[in-house]
Amino acid sequence: MADRRSTGLRADRIFLYAVLLCLAVLFLLPVYVMVCNSVKPLDEIRGGNLMALPIVWTIEPWLTAWSTAQIGVQPTGLKPYFVNSFLLVVPAVAISTLIGALNGYILTQFRFRGANLLFAAMLFSVFIPFQIVLIPMAKTLGVLGLAGTVKGLVFVNVVYGIGFTTLFFRNYYAAFPNELIRSARMDGADFFGVLFRILLPSSGPIIVVTVIWQFTNIWNEFLFGASFSDYSSFPITVALNNLVNSSTGVKEYNVHFAGAFIAAIPTLVVYLVSGKYFVRGLMAGSVKG
Amino acid sequence: MRAGALPKLLLSPSVLLVLVCVYGYIMFTIYLSFTSSTLMPSYEWAGTTSYQRLFAQENWHVALSNLWVFASLYIGVAVVLGLGFAILIDQHIRAEGAFRSIFLYPMALSFIVTGTAWKWLLDPGVGLEHTMHDLGWESFAFGWIKDSDMAIYCVIIAAVWQTTGFVMALFLAGLRGVDAEQISAARVDGARTWQIYLHIIIPQLGPVFVSAFVILAHMAIKSYDLVIALTNGGPGRSTWLPSVFMYQYSFTRNEMAIGAASAVMMLAAIGLVVLPYLFSEMRKVKNG
Amino acid sequence: MRRKLIATVLAGAFGFAGTSLAADNSVEVLHWWTSGGEAAALNVLKANLEKQGVTWNDMPVAGGGGEAAMTAVRARVTAGNPPTAVQMLGFDILDWGKQGVVADLNAVAAKEGWDKTVPAALQKFSKYNGKWIAAPVNVHSTNWVWANKEVLAKAGVTSEPKSWDEFIAAAEKVQKAGFIAIAHGGQPWQDATIFDGVVMSTGGVDYYRKAFIDLDAKAINSPTTEKVFQRMSQIRKLVDKDFSGRDWNVASGMVISGKAGFQIMGDWAKGEFLNAKKVPGKDFLCFRMPGTQGTVSFNSDQFVMFKVGSDKAAAQAKLASAIMDPGFQSAFNVVKGSVPARTDVPDTAFDACGKKGMKDLAEANKNNTLVGSIAHGHAVPASIKNAIYDVVTRHFNGQLDDKKAVAALASAVKQ
Repeated sequence: MADRRSTGLRADRIFLYAVLLCLAVLFLLPVYVMVCNSVKPLDEIRGGNLMALPIVWTIEPWLTAWSTAQIGVQPTGLKPYFVNSFLLVVPAVAISTLIGALNGYILTQFRFRGANLLFAAMLFSVFIPFQIVLIPMAKTLGVLGLAGTVKGLVFVNVVYGIGFTTLFFRNYYAAFPNELIRSARMDGADFFGVLFRILLPSSGPIIVVTVIWQFTNIWNEFLFGASFSDYSSFPITVALNNLVNSSTGVKEYNVHFAGAFIAAIPTLVVYLVSGKYFVRGLMAGSVKG
Repeated sequence: MRAGALPKLLLSPSVLLVLVCVYGYIMFTIYLSFTSSTLMPSYEWAGTTSYQRLFAQENWHVALSNLWVFASLYIGVAVVLGLGFAILIDQHIRAEGAFRSIFLYPMALSFIVTGTAWKWLLDPGVGLEHTMHDLGWESFAFGWIKDSDMAIYCVIIAAVWQTTGFVMALFLAGLRGVDAEQISAARVDGARTWQIYLHIIIPQLGPVFVSAFVILAHMAIKSYDLVIALTNGGPGRSTWLPSVFMYQYSFTRNEMAIGAASAVMMLAAIGLVVLPYLFSEMRKVKNG
Repeated sequence: MRRKLIATVLAGAFGFAGTSLAADNSVEVLHWWTSGGEAAALNVLKANLEKQGVTWNDMPVAGGGGEAAMTAVRARVTAGNPPTAVQMLGFDILDWGKQGVVADLNAVAAKEGWDKTVPAALQKFSKYNGKWIAAPVNVHSTNWVWANKEVLAKAGVTSEPKSWDEFIAAAEKVQKAGFIAIAHGGQPWQDATIFDGVVMSTGGVDYYRKAFIDLDAKAINSPTTEKVFQRMSQIRKLVDKDFSGRDWNVASGMVISGKAGFQIMGDWAKGEFLNAKKVPGKDFLCFRMPGTQGTVSFNSDQFVMFKVGSDKAAAQAKLASAIMDPGFQSAFNVVKGSVPARTDVPDTAFDACGKKGMKDLAEANKNNTLVGSIAHGHAVPASIKNAIYDVVTRHFNGQLDDKKAVAALASAVKQ
């Protein structure tokens, strides 16, 4: 009896792993296609099977995409735009996370009329399609003197990040034990004391969720990047688009795939390194109601 | 605690920004939809002309019916698969982290990046069909992306691929939060694993279903890159979604008033979907 | 920390001080030419300007034949921060002219005599209200057919088809011999590019002008239009089943590699053949769409000059003048596969196809058979162009039959 049960269990486990493996293979297929064709010479891609491993391996496409591919008039590769994107993403993520924490704190720990309505109003902002804000936002940036600058892009991404970051922190702080805050207050902690000494230090999981979410969204954002930047500030998505979508000429697919992968490395790293915390953070924050 | 001046002051920039950059701009869009704007905004009142023209556009009706198919299948499949993946991963398996990462990573990529890879995979000439033929399965046929009636399903496949991992993460977080005592009690009563999931665990995941639904619904309505990268709206106009319609009419057809009218319709639809959710979120914090 | 937060908030509310104050002697050029060949061509211009001390600030936004770039222009103009010059096509130029945000180039134009050297059909798009607002770089022509000589020989097609029926007969032979007859990419603009040639071939220049430039209802509702769609259906039968969504240069690749016999595509396709080391006349043939000999349907890339501060006007004028420089026009178009926008540029540097293109352009200009391309925004404004795309592409994808397509077309151009 016991024996049969354990073999039955083992069969279950084998089946479980088989299913998971099949699904994993399916999920990896598109990236397999990208990676495997990025290390092939162009002739092999044109003539051969896109699923086959390379016959001749080459890292040339990666080097080209990084430093010599045609982005505009000059063959600069993606390198300089990588820097632009970091200059944009790092402050934008930092600022919007801080704003989220501040808003979450205020909305959960203080009572005032219309607080819930204000929160709902902020939350609705995550649902608007960005195309509709393009023209009025351009006007706003012009008036603020931010048109065509990295600061302008930071501003835009912070504005449209408020909804999500506030949502994350509000739900997290709503579940935060009140006693801790109360006793801190008794000890004389002021407004910022509570935020910086009590709440933020124990906000690790939700900060991870917010940072991942904002980092990915802002890094991958194209429409604002193309419309609100100028020659000195355009981000990597615009550069990648220029590489991949050139109108005439030979399409160097291997370079395109290498470039696409290079552009995706920062977000992939963020997900892979902190994927575990992501689930933990979701558990702690936005899901539990 | 009652709010003094400081919290209100610190909240006000966010409120102001959202008020101007979301609601102000929405009002502006609504206004535009009643003007005769073409290439750039114009302030000449034109009544409901652009709405009449919007509903006379074959493209708009195609986009609407596609949205219906796309949204219902995409949300349904992503929720079912996401829950399924979460349950599979929740079975105390080895290499849990690796599997989770594999299902989650598409979320990190934009469609500017993965669009070409998907286009190739789905293209019968070079992709899956071609590979299967090379492997000797001659009768294998998968040419949906070239077929006006089926191409929208290709868009769904790619969209599901991109977001299922995220839905899985939501459910995984939910599963880990389920009361363990109830489960062990049910086990003692001799309930099978699937019965436990069906009768005890899943009913407790209500809030997760809501979160997943809302996030997927807003993605379905906002999906733009996906369609452009995969089919660019084709074959013909068969994979247009309202977001594609809005962009095309506003920015490439120089029909900004019609574009604005379509945006207003989309906002109304989004409002219908998310208002109940907003109210439920509002009620979450009562101690406030 | 607190200070940073407040600073951020204030910055959001009042704006930062430093906008990008460019040096006086610089130009910012927004364009979508990002492939190796195109960039090489533009580099000639950049080098010329740098010799005069003008800095070139490059703002490329590729994608969809300039769709993304046109969106960016709107945002830039709305923000009051327009680029110095923007690459643009056809009616878009005039639409921007109407907005009153473009520069006046009449001073440069008068000094350099642009009126005399640019064909009238092009001037129609470079000028608004009698003022030069754009500098044309090139003239592309869309009614070309490209053919693989070896494939034609194998299929027993020995002579260049001169009429529509000969063309269809030849294509059918190629198909029977086991090749793809016509390599085509099913994207609306490509369907429409074929449409350009078919309209011209079926109804001639007068019908083309009446129906698709003047939008004359009688011409559109005529039996000729139905015949145009019947011919589009004939073409549809001669393309392979996987045509949908294919990029045009992939279709060219099918002709180059001998998988397909013909491709109907503008002269930019030549670059693909040359890049693949194919020799015109020996490996591949280029001829006018049968039935359209003597006519040219064109599109022209131009650089529209936007109103910039007076500090930048001098550099802008230098840019305009450099674009119209005959040396640049020759060097650029040799690389790009198009022909110069000026008719007084010597053809010495061009290859056989290019020389033929220049001769055709000059003759068509003289005989008044030079017409704007429907597919490329030189016949009607963007809104109607796209409405025509809708009909042509639906019909080509089998969603409208020939008769219904005529009716749909008639209602599409009315709006």
